[in-house]
Amino acid sequence: MVRTMQYTLHCGDSESGCKTPVVKQSSLEVTCNWKASGDPNPPAALCLPSKVCGIWRRNAVDAFRVNVIHARQQVRSPVTNIARTSFFHVKRSNIWLAAVTKQNVNAAMVFEFLYKMCDVMTAYFGKISEENIKNNFVLIYELLDEILDFGYPQNSETGALKTFITQQGIKSQLQTKEEQSQITSQVTGQIGWRREGIKYRRNELFLDVLESVNLLMSPQGQVLSAHVSGRVVMKSYLSGMPECKFGMNDKIVIEKQGKGTADETGKSELGSGKQSIAIDDCTFHQCVRLSKFDSERSISFIPPDGEFELMRYRTTKDIILPFRVIPLVREVGRTKLEVKVVIKSNFKPSLLAQKIEVRIPTPLNTSGVQVICMKGKAKYKASENAIVWKIKRMAGMKESQISAEIELLPTNDKKKWARPPISMNFEVPFAPSGLKVRYLKVFEPKLNYSDHDVIKWVRYIGRSGIYETRC
Amino acid sequence: MTDSKYFTTTKKGEIFELKAELNSDKKEKKKEAVKKVIASMTVGKDVSALFPDVVNCMQTDNLELKKLVYLYLMNYAKSQPDMAIMAVNTFVKDCEDPNPLIRALAVRTMGCIRVDKITEYLCEPLRKCLKDEDPYVRKTAAVCVAKLHDINAQLVEDQGFLDTLKDLISDSNPMVVANAVAALSEIAESHPSSNLLDLNPQSINKLLTALNECTEWGQIFILDCLANYMPKDDREAQSICERVTPRLSHANSAVVLSAVKVLMKFMEMLSKDLDYYGTLLKKLAPPLVTLLSAEPELQYVALRNINLIVQKRPEILKHEMKVFFVKYNDPIYVKLEKLDIMIRLASQANIAQVLAELKEYATEVDVDFVRKAVRAIGRCAIKVEQSAERCVSTLLDLIQTKVNYVVQEAIVVIKDIFRKYPNKYESVIATLCENLDSLDEPEARAAMIWIVGEYAERIDNADELLESFLEGFHDESTQVQLQLLTAIVKLFLKKPTETQELVQQVLSLATQDSDNPDLRDRGYIYWRLLSTDPVAAKEVVLAEKPLISEETDLIEPTLLDELICYIGTLASVYHKPPSAFVEGSRGVVHKGLPPRTAGPAPVCSGTSCPADQPAVIPTQGDLLGDLLNLDLGPPVSGPPMATSTVQMGAVDLLGGGLDTLVRPSFLCSFSGSSGSFTAAPSTTAATNVGAALGSGLGDLFDLTGGVGTLSGSYVAPKTVWLPAMKAKGLEISGTFSRQVGSISMDLVLTNKALQVMSDFAIQFNRNSFGLAPAAPLQVHAPLAPNQSVEISLPLNTVGSVMKMDPLNNLQVAVKNNIDVFYFSTLYPLHILFVEDGKMERQMFLATWKDIPNENETQFQIKDCSLSADAVSSKLQGSNIFTIAKRNVEGQDMLYQSLKLTNGIWVLAELRIQPSNPRTSPWDSPSPGRAGGSGGGGGLSPVPASLEPSLCEWCCVLLAGVAP
Repeated sequence: MVRTMQYTLHCGDSESGCKTPVVKQSSLEVTCNWKASGDPNPPAALCLPSKVCGIWRRNAVDAFRVNVIHARQQVRSPVTNIARTSFFHVKRSNIWLAAVTKQNVNAAMVFEFLYKMCDVMTAYFGKISEENIKNNFVLIYELLDEILDFGYPQNSETGALKTFITQQGIKSQLQTKEEQSQITSQVTGQIGWRREGIKYRRNELFLDVLESVNLLMSPQGQVLSAHVSGRVVMKSYLSGMPECKFGMNDKIVIEKQGKGTADETGKSELGSGKQSIAIDDCTFHQCVRLSKFDSERSISFIPPDGEFELMRYRTTKDIILPFRVIPLVREVGRTKLEVKVVIKSNFKPSLLAQKIEVRIPTPLNTSGVQVICMKGKAKYKASENAIVWKIKRMAGMKESQISAEIELLPTNDKKKWARPPISMNFEVPFAPSGLKVRYLKVFEPKLNYSDHDVIKWVRYIGRSGIYETRC
Repeated sequence: MTDSKYFTTTKKGEIFELKAELNSDKKEKKKEAVKKVIASMTVGKDVSALFPDVVNCMQTDNLELKKLVYLYLMNYAKSQPDMAIMAVNTFVKDCEDPNPLIRALAVRTMGCIRVDKITEYLCEPLRKCLKDEDPYVRKTAAVCVAKLHDINAQLVEDQGFLDTLKDLISDSNPMVVANAVAALSEIAESHPSSNLLDLNPQSINKLLTALNECTEWGQIFILDCLANYMPKDDREAQSICERVTPRLSHANSAVVLSAVKVLMKFMEMLSKDLDYYGTLLKKLAPPLVTLLSAEPELQYVALRNINLIVQKRPEILKHEMKVFFVKYNDPIYVKLEKLDIMIRLASQANIAQVLAELKEYATEVDVDFVRKAVRAIGRCAIKVEQSAERCVSTLLDLIQTKVNYVVQEAIVVIKDIFRKYPNKYESVIATLCENLDSLDEPEARAAMIWIVGEYAERIDNADELLESFLEGFHDESTQVQLQLLTAIVKLFLKKPTETQELVQQVLSLATQDSDNPDLRDRGYIYWRLLSTDPVAAKEVVLAEKPLISEETDLIEPTLLDELICYIGTLASVYHKPPSAFVEGSRGVVHKGLPPRTAGPAPVCSGTSCPADQPAVIPTQGDLLGDLLNLDLGPPVSGPPMATSTVQMGAVDLLGGGLDTLVRPSFLCSFSGSSGSFTAAPSTTAATNVGAALGSGLGDLFDLTGGVGTLSGSYVAPKTVWLPAMKAKGLEISGTFSRQVGSISMDLVLTNKALQVMSDFAIQFNRNSFGLAPAAPLQVHAPLAPNQSVEISLPLNTVGSVMKMDPLNNLQVAVKNNIDVFYFSTLYPLHILFVEDGKMERQMFLATWKDIPNENETQFQIKDCSLSADAVSSKLQGSNIFTIAKRNVEGQDMLYQSLKLTNGIWVLAELRIQPSNPRTSPWDSPSPGRAGGSGGGGGLSPVPASLEPSLCEWCCVLLAGVAP
């Protein structure tokens, strides 16, 4: 499969890199070819025993650098084929992570692996930057050796990896035989994400329901598309191997239960507005028993220790749109634009939205802008070609307005201004999808703590995803 | 803490210093030194000189140091194979270490060192590790077998590692199972024929169990492996699908896509009436949509795959149009892919929304994207008839923006709309003409010229417009020049009086001042047509054009089926089969979808279960190209064969008789140069004619009795040319006949599918005698299921020429609303015998003498009890004429001539022996050249020669008939 896959960490400033011919000094590549089978031409390798492998590897890296990193045009595809060699790349700030292959590999797996690699590196040494990579290159080699064998990704859960690969080097001397076999059975085991024998004095867990609400609205206020993509992130500090069961107001579950005890659920949930929500689709962390979800729609799992993303979901029906943007753009002659934007908050007055930012794009030939706003601060940022209007807090059911006059330079350019949509950022303390956590039960039969002893916290945060209104 | 300091040493004498440090007694110092070495290696410095010193550090308890040394070894062992051997002992020792992490590390590293000597020592430790008590070691050893196989496949087989690997599939540890599956799949891929994976219901069950327990990556390996399995019946397929569906909720997109692959493939076996089938369809949509909220790179992979899925099963995502709407800050590669899928999903139900979106996109910044959006509007117009009007007005709005590339793109698509809805939107021509000056791209210019030519009668100043283009004729691209030529000829045919000068001008530009053979030949053809037969010219140039099809860029069905088997992989990203981008033997295995069956399907093992392929015609590519050209290519005036003939003719003339056997005579005469006629005949070609004739003559004599009628030539009974199973339910049977000078292909089309067939079209590949349909295939009403229709398709011989083997091979492509199908058939040669094939006696005698021996061939026709006169009259019915008859020693001798449509003469001597069944002893051919005979007849050697005075090919047939 991914047999001749080679992972390249290329760090270096891509902008300066293309100007300076001495690339070596401004960039560093950690090429980790953990399989010598990265050899493209075995027959040639026999008669050329000197560093054919090395040459090829460097060739591949050079080809990638010339054709992708320093290419003149914008990257048109994350998969590039150069001379029958395929390169996959992802970018993290100015670091390019690339995988190389000559075979028909599972492309989705390669990208998932590259992301995973980023996660693992972040978990070990924080931000992926040139500095950090240089500082940890031995560690990166070790990690790669462990999580990728002959192009086949192995256990890549940081929880498990950290038991025997540390930033200070490998714990080898200290290990007893029991410890060693515990490590190996955990790395290869059914529950590869959690080790045995975890103990906490206080059993505690935190649930964050994080949602990003996406909207595309026409200038007339018609919803063109709207969806919420949400995540349930869990931070668990629980002893032993706890069996957890998570419940939410999933329409299918509620309706199923409703058949039995219709009156009860009806009463208890009526007060809290929406009873249940229709989830379009959801995906789960690998600890969740998928077959059980498929048959009973119950979410049961043994969680990894610490923070992890339990599930992701998507809803499209009955979304609470926290803000409505009403734009009004008027072209006054060829050199002037009048813009008026009203935002309306649409949630309970007792709740407060935060970090509100409205971004109103301006034409490229803008020469000057005058802004008046009722609330918050607004500024024209020439470098971003936009008026940025910031409001710290805003309660529900309120309205605010900004008006601006934009002076334009006369141009000969025939092409009309494209009028990019007005975008908005915010944070609200509720879930726009209407999702509610109903319970999270913890069972640990072997240890003597019960579900009641666990301290549980739940928090809802709704953020704007791509929240745009065309103008 | 920081390793970055290792990168900073650049001073001279570095290697020497490192050497000293590596040999230091202090452990810490050693480790530091090795780190420096690795750092240098990483940035590309050659530190191979330190090999012995580094290897010396290998003997250590420090796992970190050991790993670093191993890393160095993997990099440089190849360059120092002799030195590498020093490391072997340590490896072997490490494989026995009590610490499982070290055992695994040693076996993992050894597998990565591609040095034969080391490989030899690997076998024993590997064998032990495969049976190690620790699962961590076993899972590492499993992958190591694949590594070893890559280095030395024979060794792996000899050592019996494959069997051990197979045993690991039943291992208790899910990760060991997953790695074993991965390794076996990889090895199986390079041995397509071997039955390595040996998937059977039991092993499948094990895999499905492991699927629930192993890591996300392991799940991918197992699902990819499952996709290669062929369930034995629909029930098994369903039960596997049921156990795979939960994977659709996995957070890892690769797991989801691999599960989709398994489901898409096995779904093929499920009956559509099944409730489960519908449930499955419904379950597939949400996870596919969810993939679109992944990171952009994964979105791209997902979108490329969705593109395939939408083509294969449009019903899955037909309600999900909105999720493919482009977001302002999507990366460009995601935008372009989304647009593609939007066009595919466009239907009457959602067209209004789609159009509004597309209009929005057409004002974006990225040029490629904008162009594609404009093109998409055009596609919508063609696809959804109800929306055509709105699309056209949207396009007109866009033209008003005057953005150069938008205008050009719009004109290109409007041309297509004109072709789809002729005589409906011509009112916009005026607007288009306003933008004539701004067009600078060849495609747009060509499209505009086509429009002007096509509607010349409605554009008052068409001649002026075209004339303006003519000024810079030589600077235009070929595409534009060809279009201009055709357009002006069209104009002339429509308004002959005012434009005579213009047409003269363009014809002389094309034929005299151009060195482009296509252009010149098209010019000559038009010239010739116009000067000899203006009515025919009108029929050719202004012929009714076939309608263009609704969908474009559809992937050819067999390729699509193959790509569905590769969902998630690079092949599905490139939309190409793996053989197109993978070197060597891997990935060459053709994968196909399982046939839909209710009962048991043939069980195929492993990856090698090729789908039932239609009989492949060698030049399928050409044919397909031709057909596409017919349907959607840039409009060619008149039937498409006109252009191809020209090309072929040009080749022929230049070829100087290499392939002169089948030169169409009209080309010879109008080229005006006779230089090429001196070419010597190629004997093999002549024999070919003989052989083909021989088999044909057998039929002519009509051995079965008096079916043949005097009024026309012999007509063979209809045979099945294209069986229904190869053509999605379309069965074609037919025969050829010649009646009063015209050839026709008598077809019976039978619809054995469940759906109505319509939009039939037919096209021939180039063939030896230039056979081509003289009229389009006319099936008046759509063909209902289980209905047949008989059609007589008139043929002519002015098509383009290419020598075929056998000579009378004809490759045919038939298109209907479902697909394009190919078949090939042999036509009897006698349909090519022309009515004026009677040679004058004198000429016959002279020609006969000049025929060289090697051009003779002899056949014998047995079991034919006809008198000489009867034979003569029967043959005359098929245009074989008797020139003379004599009787020698009681035997009747007939001397006959015939002429083929391309002007080749064939002369024959027919000897009828009343009693003696032997072949004529005299005039024997060159030994060993007894031409093969088909049917039951055999003819004697055929002498054929060139008669320079006639400027024609001659060929003499000598036949002996034995009763």
